[in-house]
Amino acid sequence: MSLSSEFARARAIAWKDLTAERRTKANFNAVLFFTALILLLFGFALGPDQQALREAAAGVLWLTVLFGGVLSFNRSYEMELEGGALEALLLYPGDRRALFVGKLIANLAFLVLIEVILVPVAAILYDLPLLSGGGFFGVLLLGTIGFVTLGTFYAAMASRVRAREVLLPLLLFPMLVPLLLSAVEATKSLLVGNLMGDASSWVRLLVVFDVIFLVATFFAFEYVIEE
Amino acid sequence: MVDLSLARGLDQAPAVPAVELQGIARRFARRWVLRGISIRVQPGEAVGLMGRNGSGKTTLLRIISTALSATRGTGRIYGHDLLNDGAGVRELVGVLGHAAGLYEDLTAMENLRFALRMAGRVADRDQIRQALVTVRLGHEENERVRNFSAGMRRRLGLARLLMRPPQLLLLDEPYAAFDADGVDLVNDFVRETVRAGGAALISTHDLARALPVVTRVIRIVDGVAVDGPPPVADGEDDEASPLRDLRTVEGGLR
Repeated sequence: MSLSSEFARARAIAWKDLTAERRTKANFNAVLFFTALILLLFGFALGPDQQALREAAAGVLWLTVLFGGVLSFNRSYEMELEGGALEALLLYPGDRRALFVGKLIANLAFLVLIEVILVPVAAILYDLPLLSGGGFFGVLLLGTIGFVTLGTFYAAMASRVRAREVLLPLLLFPMLVPLLLSAVEATKSLLVGNLMGDASSWVRLLVVFDVIFLVATFFAFEYVIEE
Repeated sequence: MVDLSLARGLDQAPAVPAVELQGIARRFARRWVLRGISIRVQPGEAVGLMGRNGSGKTTLLRIISTALSATRGTGRIYGHDLLNDGAGVRELVGVLGHAAGLYEDLTAMENLRFALRMAGRVADRDQIRQALVTVRLGHEENERVRNFSAGMRRRLGLARLLMRPPQLLLLDEPYAAFDADGVDLVNDFVRETVRAGGAALISTHDLARALPVVTRVIRIVDGVAVDGPPPVADGEDDEASPLRDLRTVEGGLR
């Protein structure tokens, strides 16, 4: 199959995932409430000190995105396991990596939508100056791309295991440490200033991680999805 | 009669064996389910696959479809190597398995549109409608699959195959959940596939329903394939076994 038809297959998978989610909203509502609750609880735990809240905000925000993402990645493959759809997907002619690209697009769209709602909530709770620069949204997008790439990959790996809900974070979180560190430091630099260096060096690191993750997972996917 | 006017290219089936397996073995953990299956199925054949529960029929069909890889052994589907040319095999194979592989929150029409797109085809609305009408789901095209009965799901799975008729049809318990009309639909599809130069492997415990279409039976016993009729003394097949009747059907077992 040609590259354009492989991309059409990836688009079909993304369309299917997003259409099913739009109909039920089961995953969206659960992830949204869960992440909003985490933001709120961290806010209570950190206390009323505005400066402390602002300094912790970058870390809290990224951890919230991580927890929400893990929930949605698991759900994204659960849909395929119901009624044997994953096996049917793997039996279509063509490159199986189209499945990965399609899932990646759908998961990215889903998580970005969650962030669109979550970030203003975080701005209110943690007194963040979000409108002071567009760089924050760039960092958020770069970090999310890397996170979703790894999450989609490891969720595929864990999808056939019985304890996948537990296994996914165990596999995913250690691999995310460098990306999480870069994302948190870049976000912190942009929001409150950071002693560990300006945002640009962290952003460059984020770009490097994104490229490495995208290339490595794309080529390794076919091996992890096989039973 | 199933309308296979949608079929394209089956008449040009190559003269190589449809299925050629040599020593296929598969192990799950420490249990060998298949111990060395060597079979050959020619184009134009519809072969019944029989065996006790857990004998490995489904495993064998999954290996042939490339859903599962063999622990040992080699195989070719219309000349395409199972191990090294999985994509080539998948172009030729169509599967109706235990599970229909449908999406509950999509409608019947959307499920078939998705299937066509995944097969690299244009999602032609008329073609989808025709397939739905053929399997008697014409009035349910905009219904979500979540509301379908088991039989309706099987029919929708069959419609998906009708839109992209394969050269090698792999049917795993195809008559489950089907009424008499559904059984006829399956058998018509097998007949048309075989007539057009394709082949079919039908795994079933209900051979009586497959009798009108199967030309040969392969039994899997202790992980190996036994060609031809089973021994009468086998505990599984007593006096009432449909296989006994099969021998009297002209052109039945070879």
